[in-house]
Amino acid sequence: MIATASVLDVRNLSVDYMTSRGAVRAVDSVSLEVAKGEFLGIVGESGCGKSTLLFAIARLLSPPAEIASGSVLFKGRDMVTLGETELRHIRWHDYSVVMQSAMNALNPVMTIGAQLKDAIEAHDNMPAQRVRARSEEVMRLVGIDPLHLKSYPHQLSGGMRQRAMIAMALVFTPELVIMDEPTSALDVVAQRSLMLQIKELQRRIGFAAVFVTHDMSLVSHFSDRLAVMYAGQVVEIGATRMMFEDPKHPYTKGLMQSFPSISGPKQRLVGIAGSPPDLLRPPSGCRFHPRCPSVMTRCLTEEPPLYVRPDALVKCHLYSDDA
Amino acid sequence: MSYLVRRLEFFAITLWAALTINFILPRVMPGNPGQAMLVRFHGRVSPQAIKTIEAAFGVRSDQSLVQQYFQYLGNTLRGDLGVSLTFFPNTVGDVIKQGLLWTIGLVGMATIIAFLLGTLLGMLSAWWRGGIFDALLPPVFIVISSFPYFLLALLALLLFSITLDWFPLGFAYDLNSSINLSWSFVGEVAWHGFLPALTIVITSIGGWILTMRNTMITTLAEDYVKMARAKGLSPLRIMLTYAGRNAILPNLTGFAMSLGFVISGAILVEIVFNYPGVGFMLLQAVNSEDFALMQALFLLITVAVLVAVLAADILTAWLDPRTRDTA
Amino acid sequence: MAVRIITDQAPVETPMVSSQSGVVGTLARALVSNRKALAGIVVVGIFAVVSIFAGVIAPYDPNAIQFEPILGPSRAHLLGTTGNGQDIFSQLVWGTRQSLFLALVAGLMATVIAVVVGVSAAYLGGLWDHVLNLFTDVFLVIPTLPLMIVVAAYAKGGGILVLIAVIVITGWSYGARQLRSQALSLRNREFLEAARARGERSFYIIVFEILPNMTSLIVAIFLGAALYAVLAAAGLQFIGLGDSNDLSWGTMLHWAQNNGALLAGSPLWVLAPGFCIAALGAAFALLNYAFDEIGNPALRPVRRTRT
Repeated sequence: MIATASVLDVRNLSVDYMTSRGAVRAVDSVSLEVAKGEFLGIVGESGCGKSTLLFAIARLLSPPAEIASGSVLFKGRDMVTLGETELRHIRWHDYSVVMQSAMNALNPVMTIGAQLKDAIEAHDNMPAQRVRARSEEVMRLVGIDPLHLKSYPHQLSGGMRQRAMIAMALVFTPELVIMDEPTSALDVVAQRSLMLQIKELQRRIGFAAVFVTHDMSLVSHFSDRLAVMYAGQVVEIGATRMMFEDPKHPYTKGLMQSFPSISGPKQRLVGIAGSPPDLLRPPSGCRFHPRCPSVMTRCLTEEPPLYVRPDALVKCHLYSDDA
Repeated sequence: MSYLVRRLEFFAITLWAALTINFILPRVMPGNPGQAMLVRFHGRVSPQAIKTIEAAFGVRSDQSLVQQYFQYLGNTLRGDLGVSLTFFPNTVGDVIKQGLLWTIGLVGMATIIAFLLGTLLGMLSAWWRGGIFDALLPPVFIVISSFPYFLLALLALLLFSITLDWFPLGFAYDLNSSINLSWSFVGEVAWHGFLPALTIVITSIGGWILTMRNTMITTLAEDYVKMARAKGLSPLRIMLTYAGRNAILPNLTGFAMSLGFVISGAILVEIVFNYPGVGFMLLQAVNSEDFALMQALFLLITVAVLVAVLAADILTAWLDPRTRDTA
Repeated sequence: MAVRIITDQAPVETPMVSSQSGVVGTLARALVSNRKALAGIVVVGIFAVVSIFAGVIAPYDPNAIQFEPILGPSRAHLLGTTGNGQDIFSQLVWGTRQSLFLALVAGLMATVIAVVVGVSAAYLGGLWDHVLNLFTDVFLVIPTLPLMIVVAAYAKGGGILVLIAVIVITGWSYGARQLRSQALSLRNREFLEAARARGERSFYIIVFEILPNMTSLIVAIFLGAALYAVLAAAGLQFIGLGDSNDLSWGTMLHWAQNNGALLAGSPLWVLAPGFCIAALGAAFALLNYAFDEIGNPALRPVRRTRT
């Protein structure tokens, strides 16, 4: 699984929320890698820590959240150790962020053009004409008439706003684009259209993408690799195709069985019994053990590491070397 | 545009409300203020002035209420507000013109300074969250802003004018000087006006700081601020253009709405310092039962507040493109 | 349709309060843990005790002019005497009654009107909302002190009732606006839809479903109104409106100012009532702010994070 040219290499990253009741570990020792040009999807239920993980990687956490330990190697440098001033140089230029709701992520009192200009001028001393030219270029790239550079966010439709955000994210053709559920706020048709557009842009520009979502079917069509998160930990990570055909972790299996497929024989839908744990006092041993249909005695006391299998990494004792 | 039209509509309606209140009050209150005034004016004023008072206060019974109302409205809008008892034989119009200048100078400037400074401090306090600034500020300013204006004025008077003798006891300028545009006169005015202005700034700034801090905190949690950080923009730019410019919008509306309270406090400050503005004049009018002057001052102050509100609305429309598009 | 991962957990929602005892319990707990609120409660409590036991605490009859005027503080006269030969401390103690009374009564009445107007506007909607809104805004903008002065002047000074009336007339609009906003946001929540679907009448919905959820705001508004009442009453009495022969902190200031207390060397005559006014006002302000914090957790003090 180790790619020789990995753009992003996250190692044992942990994020804590400092609450009045103590530190809540929202992300627990997560490790993952993204190769150049690869599309990695991160899926999980609400509250599993996927968005927190994303913002930790992008160094965009705000109090009370903070990185407790671990490293995030981006292009060879550990982002966790970089100060704000150093970070500012690589922000947007080398990696950019696309957020869930463009209506909230765009400054309501500035035109799209002004916000693009801001991003450009923060990193480059381009003459005004070139700024203009580049802005128009990225707008056309995502299929928006450059006329809309003069528009305010509230004057655009939802789909257009989202695409404007993507245009902004690509203005410096970064190597990594981090996306936090960018399609959740759209209807199905717009969702598919946006995803196709993102894939097309990826093909043309060649950026790596980390895409967080709770929508399994969407991510199954578009991602190369998939990471499944549960209770702040990555429980399985591997090629998307393999995960759908042969899910290994009981949780992943449960997910796959939770939604119907259009083709094939009618199946009974099976959910996953129980509810996600309280992260202030997580279960001992394997965090999934209270809900696991294949639970064993050692699962209650021993937290499984990420076992290496030929086509996936699985955090489950069922796949231990001596199983 | 429709936003501004609605605000102008509001302006007109409130103005009408103030005029109507002026009209109704002397007629529902016990006693007959109009009659009382006429007795004191008897034989000393022009017939025109008598007519004005009658229409405003409803003394003559041969005119119907509606007729009186329109007479009163007409007079007022033409600027015919009657004759002042306190400053006899000057007309009310002349008298309030004088006071207006002083009040706008003192109160206007002090309020604007307090608003701008308070907004800036509130913004910084939210930006540097968790620091000493933020921990000290709220309790200190909550207490200060609940302090009655006039009390602070009295304290200032006691400490700086009486005990330390650093500043004069009141009024706008030295009683021996005459009004002119020389530097020494301007200096005098500044010296006399310093304590009153300081009082107004200190008591009102707390409110601006606190509300700006609160809106700024909410704004800083917004996604577009996170985006601005993600884009690598400089902290100053984020604070001002992304957070500040959005956070100040509700504050502007709040500024407009609370202007009425600010003016009230300023009036009391004028009274304590015997500053010859419209507030002090209002007190004099009340004490000498000069109802015509009193009414006119009430109207004037209301109009001043309305104009300020309209100005704040225009500013909001300019700063927030969303308001221009809403119906 | 996006396929959601099925779990047994219900979607997270802000807790709904629909019983009166739950509301009081939550509030009480929240208050005690907030330092600002505690300070405010203590101060108000002290004044309340003083006003109830005024007869016991005050050493002399406040109106008795038997003493030597303009005395400094001494064991016989804790705060000295006024220009008329009255004991300042006794006046202060007895004056607490009217000042506290004015603040609470005027504050309460203003709040009631604000609730009625604000919630009705939000609930009735349409033309009613528009009209009530306009009504509220007009009263909000018209400068309060000049209006109060004009009304009180026509009433020839008037007594305590006129004072309360003018304070209430000018003070309700600020709260009405805020209440309307919150009522509007609550109006469309699901639990109200459920109540309507059950066939409950509007009145029931307003009183038993909407109001309990607005308790925190209503209390905050009451505190704001009480603060306004304290300052407004003091201001009006200071100028000489209201009955100057009444005994309250404001009237004390009026007589002090009239007798040139500051210049004549009896500053305590001004400072003592002034301090009490400021203290009571500050108490209400602190409580008000504390309720803001309780209602909006984002405003609470932030602990320094480790770097």
